[in-house]
Amino acid sequence: MPALASDMLNKEKSLDRQREDQIARRLILNIAKNLDKQAFSTLFDLQAPRLKSFMMRRGASPEQAEDLVQEAMISVWTKAGLYNPDKGSVLTWVFTIAKNLRIDRIRKEASMPLTELIDYDAPSDELGNDEMLMRRQESQQVARALTEIPSEQKQVLMLSFVEDMPQMEIARRLGLPLGTVKSRMRLAYIRLRKTLESPN
Amino acid sequence: MNIDHHLDAATIIAYTAGTLDEAFSFVAASHLSWCPTCRETARQAALIGGEFLGELEGTKISEGCRNQTLSMIDTATLHRFPNSPPARGEVPNPLARLLGGVALADLKWKRKAPGLALFDLPLSAASHGRLFLMRIAPGKAMPEHGHGGEEITLILSGAYNDKFGRFAKGDVADLDEDVEHQPIVEKDFACVCLVATEAPTRFKSWPARLIQPLIGI
Ligand SMILES: [Zn+2]
Repeated sequence: MPALASDMLNKEKSLDRQREDQIARRLILNIAKNLDKQAFSTLFDLQAPRLKSFMMRRGASPEQAEDLVQEAMISVWTKAGLYNPDKGSVLTWVFTIAKNLRIDRIRKEASMPLTELIDYDAPSDELGNDEMLMRRQESQQVARALTEIPSEQKQVLMLSFVEDMPQMEIARRLGLPLGTVKSRMRLAYIRLRKTLESPN
Repeated sequence: MNIDHHLDAATIIAYTAGTLDEAFSFVAASHLSWCPTCRETARQAALIGGEFLGELEGTKISEGCRNQTLSMIDTATLHRFPNSPPARGEVPNPLARLLGGVALADLKWKRKAPGLALFDLPLSAASHGRLFLMRIAPGKAMPEHGHGGEEITLILSGAYNDKFGRFAKGDVADLDEDVEHQPIVEKDFACVCLVATEAPTRFKSWPARLIQPLIGI
């Protein structure tokens, strides 16, 4: 595909997702305020299938994946009031919930489930109006940053966020020193921050 | 609190991706609870997770799973914030909860060497790391050590200096495994740190290697 066409396609996809995020935000708000079950079932249809793919990418069987989806979506219902639109997209929030659920399963006997730990640690920092506006555009900017970084940097991010691999395992898989894996992550982050902080 | 030394962005990425070992996650979460700068980094890093999730093609959900989930929300208990967060104070919230409100001074510290005491913190069996509190007496030098593994240290009270600068309350030393350093605690107060290590720390110089079994870290 010519670069321009793939660029346009990417842009379209991220615009779609931005629209989707606006819808999802409205649904979450409705769930939080009115315990709206209709809104929940719409949100379920919107996000559960992706969440299932996500769990399967992380090594869950289809049955396990559905168990986790169920648990994650119920957390979305019970925690809807905690969703803070200024912190990021609904998908980002759902990602965090799903990830923490998985960790808590692994650490069953831990004295303090991570999900609680994170709830505690998330005081929202005060934002001005401009900043809030900027944050609504963020998912588009993240998508852009991810297409702009070198593929070797995107790869280590994919292996972390999607394949669930610790840095050491990534290093082993790619045959790289640990330090290289870390520096790729750092470089990717620097680019992301630049993109997020530069006005469009 | 004036924080000068922060978490490595690569550590924050691993933390938000959920791939950081439990011991390290605990120290990272503790620093995050004190540090708005790193909180913002973590927030930005989490956006990557949301983006990747958004890029995935969905897999069909069975009717059974859908129906069951929709019926379960009727009985699900809504989440509430924990009643009262522990008072802001000597330790970050995650640690305050783990210690159940016991003050640092009242812990049953284990003396490992003159001027050095440790207190181990519990982790789940899944962790490959070790999590402990370390108290070093005023003016004491830690033996020069390489890490032979990763290590993250959060300063809870007091301060030390090494070639990277001065580390005081809230600062975190998130060092690469090949780094060698020799922290020296300032002379007025003891320095208490929260430490996550991977393998047992292997001290570098031979006298230090002699000390290691003695102090057991
Ligand atoms: Zn910081």
